[in-house]
Amino acid sequence: MSPIRSYDTTTETAAKTTTGSLATVADGKKRKPGSSGSQKYWKSLRSSLRRDQSLYLLALPGLLFFILFKYVPMWGVLIAFQNYFPFKGMLGSEWVGFAHFARFFAHSDFILLFRNTLAISLLNLLLFFSVPIIVALCLNELRSMLYKRIVQTVIYMPHFLSWVIIAGLTFLLLGKGEGLINAMLEAAGRPRIDFLTNPDSFWMLVTLQAVWKEGGWGTIVFLAAIAGIDPQIYEAARVDGAGRLRQIWHITLPGIRGVIVILLILRLGDIMDVGFEQIFLMYNGAVSEVAEVFDTYVYRVGIQQGQFSYSTAVGLFKSVIGLILVLLANKLAKRMGEDGVY
Amino acid sequence: MKQRFGDRVFQAANGLFLGLLALVTFFPIYYVFIVSFTDPSEFLLKKFVLFPQKWSLEAYEYLLSTKAFPRSLGNSAFLAVIGTLCSLAVSSSFAYALSQRRMLLRRPLMLLVLLTILFSPGIIPHYLLVRELGLINSLWSLILPSLANGWTVLLMKGFFDSLPAELGESAAMDGSGAVRTWLTIILPLSLPALAAFGLFFAVGYWNQFFSALLYLNDAAQWPIQVLLQNMLKSASTIDLTIPGQHVEAPPSEMLKMASVIIAITPILLVYPFLQKHFAKGAMVGSVKG
Repeated sequence: MSPIRSYDTTTETAAKTTTGSLATVADGKKRKPGSSGSQKYWKSLRSSLRRDQSLYLLALPGLLFFILFKYVPMWGVLIAFQNYFPFKGMLGSEWVGFAHFARFFAHSDFILLFRNTLAISLLNLLLFFSVPIIVALCLNELRSMLYKRIVQTVIYMPHFLSWVIIAGLTFLLLGKGEGLINAMLEAAGRPRIDFLTNPDSFWMLVTLQAVWKEGGWGTIVFLAAIAGIDPQIYEAARVDGAGRLRQIWHITLPGIRGVIVILLILRLGDIMDVGFEQIFLMYNGAVSEVAEVFDTYVYRVGIQQGQFSYSTAVGLFKSVIGLILVLLANKLAKRMGEDGVY
Repeated sequence: MKQRFGDRVFQAANGLFLGLLALVTFFPIYYVFIVSFTDPSEFLLKKFVLFPQKWSLEAYEYLLSTKAFPRSLGNSAFLAVIGTLCSLAVSSSFAYALSQRRMLLRRPLMLLVLLTILFSPGIIPHYLLVRELGLINSLWSLILPSLANGWTVLLMKGFFDSLPAELGESAAMDGSGAVRTWLTIILPLSLPALAAFGLFFAVGYWNQFFSALLYLNDAAQWPIQVLLQNMLKSASTIDLTIPGQHVEAPPSEMLKMASVIIAITPILLVYPFLQKHFAKGAMVGSVKG
């Protein structure tokens, strides 16, 4: 994969495949000025600061932003090791070490959160990962470019809709009282079905929602990989008498294997991330046992009940596991001969 | 060209499958759109409508004459316009400075940006910070914390890297400082790219839900997404009556559908541009070289 250039794409998944540019960034930083040259470095920095004042001025708002809104909260996670009370402040609050973590690990919610997060993530991995590949293969086989464009235009669109809209559409279609499906069932003389408050089907429901929203958009990266396959290989296969299906199986799929592998590994890396907004919006009392994931739990316990230290500890635990997984996934990707992301 | 029979069957099945897929994606929006424009009495009578006999704007007229709904639309429009402009200013100035070779601090600063992508401290520290800053219940709580993010700065820097370095150098030789070069030479040249980034920011601001849920308790400040979420709940707390009048409201389902359509409309209006910039760009970019 070569780097996706500049503003061409701004979606995170697509950006994750911009292997080249980020790798260079990381390489650049490893070469820090050595201790012998550090005096020289400071001197040239001072003169650079004087010479290009306005350049540093230009960087100032961004720098202040990153420090205030990205790094101050990183310092703020320390309250996970305190009994934080807002009126006492961080300096006045008592330090308790890992007490909140210990309490969380011993709590029955811990297993529940892990189970729900893993279940939803793995279902996602199974469906939400395979659907875009299959759809991309199908799109690639279409002869009519106009038809292909129409289908693409329609299936990319939900990517840009908010989760509130998606949840709204879900309620209005599947809701027990107001949903279209149930109104039709009733008109046909059949009993209404409870799609939204059934704990047995909740995981499937949120997975299908995610597929509906992002499945089409996910095809882009695979279509790009397919477009990169040398057409001569197909010609040779045709001369040898291979049909469409054999060409897909023996040329297209092996041709995009690298992309599939790296995306799969990256997905494994953020297995702890189950979208807060989606789960929060689909959450209801009947499905709470299967719907609570880390972020919704942090919101409920932290924001709604005001247990700041405890919920920060839960959030920190999730972030650290997530960080480790991403770094491991990246290492794995590199070992598989891909460029890696960081 | 001779086609084998098997190939033709395959083509037909494939076309049909993708057509069905597009239909499944399109249908929910079609249905909500149709019902929102149906005459309320027809909807109440039939319970579901796939194509109305009598069209009506009643649901829309009702929503727009309430107090809460137009107010939320205004809040969201404010976020999308002002937020986007602020985000573009902060992100692009920072990214431009990072792309300059004369900027000796660019490596440590890039590391600073990169680390924020790798690790996030979670919801609560962000919430406490916004609270300490006194931004709770202010629309700025949705703008200031999302002025920039690591990915966008990296992508923007990539874009500025691709501009010829001579542009800035010749301006500097003529005695122009970096701020002036950025304002008068770089930004005008980057307008297409900035428009693409701006669209991306604007959609983000319009769709913002979680931060609004966290930081805004006061219904008067709610953007459209939070209002919509509240309307969708069975126990809605939002007051959707028309002040000073006793007008009978259309069925709540229809109000919900009309709100969904209103909230989708700005996205649909910019969608052709979004698709052009992001979908096509993503493909071209990743195949090249």
